Amino acid sequence: MDQVFVVAKRWLVSMVPEPLQAVLSMLVSAASIILIFAGLFALTTWLERKGLARIQNRLGPNRVGPYGLLQPIADGIKALTKEDVVPRGADGLVHFLAPLVLVLPAFLALSVLPMGRNMVALELNSGLLFFFAVGAAAELSVFMAGWSSRNKYSLLGAMRAMAQMISYEVPLILSALAVVLVSGSLSPSAIVDAQAGYMGLLPNWHVLTPWGLGAFVLFLIAGLAESNRSPFDLPEGESEIIAGYYIEYSGFKFALFFLGEYIGLFAVSGLAVTLFLGGWHAPLASLQGIPSWAWFFLKVLGLIALFIWIRGTLPRLRMDQLMKFAWKFMLPMALVLLLAAGLWQRMAPGPGRWLVSLVLVLGVYLLLSRALFEGAGLAKRHYRYAD
Amino acid sequence: MPIEPISTPTLVFSGLALVALLAALGAITLRNLVHCGLCLAVVLASLAAVYLQLGAQFIGLAQVLIYIGAVAVLILFTVLLTRGREPEDSPIFSCGGWVGASTALALFVVLVAAILSFPGGDPSPPPANIAVRQIGESLMGRFVVPLQIAGLLLTAALIGAAVIALPRHTARGVKSSADTNQSFPLN
Repeated sequence: MDQVFVVAKRWLVSMVPEPLQAVLSMLVSAASIILIFAGLFALTTWLERKGLARIQNRLGPNRVGPYGLLQPIADGIKALTKEDVVPRGADGLVHFLAPLVLVLPAFLALSVLPMGRNMVALELNSGLLFFFAVGAAAELSVFMAGWSSRNKYSLLGAMRAMAQMISYEVPLILSALAVVLVSGSLSPSAIVDAQAGYMGLLPNWHVLTPWGLGAFVLFLIAGLAESNRSPFDLPEGESEIIAGYYIEYSGFKFALFFLGEYIGLFAVSGLAVTLFLGGWHAPLASLQGIPSWAWFFLKVLGLIALFIWIRGTLPRLRMDQLMKFAWKFMLPMALVLLLAAGLWQRMAPGPGRWLVSLVLVLGVYLLLSRALFEGAGLAKRHYRYAD
Repeated sequence: MPIEPISTPTLVFSGLALVALLAALGAITLRNLVHCGLCLAVVLASLAAVYLQLGAQFIGLAQVLIYIGAVAVLILFTVLLTRGREPEDSPIFSCGGWVGASTALALFVVLVAAILSFPGGDPSPPPANIAVRQIGESLMGRFVVPLQIAGLLLTAALIGAAVIALPRHTARGVKSSADTNQSFPLN
């Protein structure tokens, strides 16, 4: 059961003559990634709308199909049949290319993640670097969309998005670097292998170490910001700049932006699972009977649920708060975590390195947050007219 | 002289080189600066693809990450921040720019001199798969001083940019960012 997809692919590939096998193998991997994650995208839009509705004490989609389950299909048909409007002043080619530049790299990033035992589409030595490299195209896409629309709001959104993505990419990569430092490899498969086994009852995951927990939290926050999700959704704040950089997109191009954003979210969640949550390994030794791919997707869905929860709970940040948080808190914290991970790697296993790591991470966290809190001058806010 | 069949690597390289050349031509001739920046991104991407084709996985991916993800985006960002106005109604190709041409010529001469000064003979092919670990070890060992100098240079550039961006003290009074922060106690 664990290897059912691997065996199925091998069987399928062996059906064609020898020279075509390599090509077919690639095609099968790519097609399954696109199909599975597009399906997951449809499911997630439904889950998100239902979850947000639950938080806001509404029903959410409930007209199309049982429990509104067919809502994504209805939305897809709507997007396909809508008129594709391009502003007269728009830069046609750039406007057309922007959604593609967003969606294609997002799918590419998924291809290096091990989604189960022996289930990685693209086995690269520097797979992690590949992931971040293709993620860089998202910034370019946002810029292209915002600039080519020739709309002030979309340009504002693009400026915000680029400033945010550049700032949060630094802690994102630094917190991933802590894992690379400890596991000594840039290959996602090797990082998952490094988290195999159990210490007593608990799994040997990176998130269960002091530095790993800190890096995991930083990674999630930076990942949220990279995928432009609430509370970091300033670039597309509906109430401020009417959806930001994709304001001038309609019909299927808008759907592509939507898809690209969710695929990016899956990629970041998948990488968080790979780096910190043990990849496809089961959380308990007794649960190893459940197939490895099921664990991977369960963990990814768990993180998605967390993201939906955060979106339903937290208000949007202000631009200066966003920048201050990135450069004054996230960046120093990520550097300290890197140091803690290096010490963890150097010291002999035992309670000693737990203590050092814990004191370092916790102490710097407390000092940093206290200093920032006092420097921020938090006081009762006086309103000019409302008091 | 019989025509040799073109091998696949040559074909791929030719395609990439053609894309890079065309995009580079666009980057220096187009009138709209944003188009130039986007063309530059295409040049950098095709160069990264050439590195990947040569088996230098790390350099190729780092090229994409740094040059497209950071440098090209920053160039575009700068263009937007410094040039708010629309391009004038002039031909879409810009001409002139003898300074740029002479700089390019100087760089070309330097490159040719460097290539010619390379000791002759068949260069031994590099080891097939250089691990990232080796690159890291040589960066932290043998080449640590150049690395630090590059870092210092970048820091100096950053500080310079911050100094330029600092609010000016004008005659009519100080309009600094600290002032504007006062009106928002909720920072």
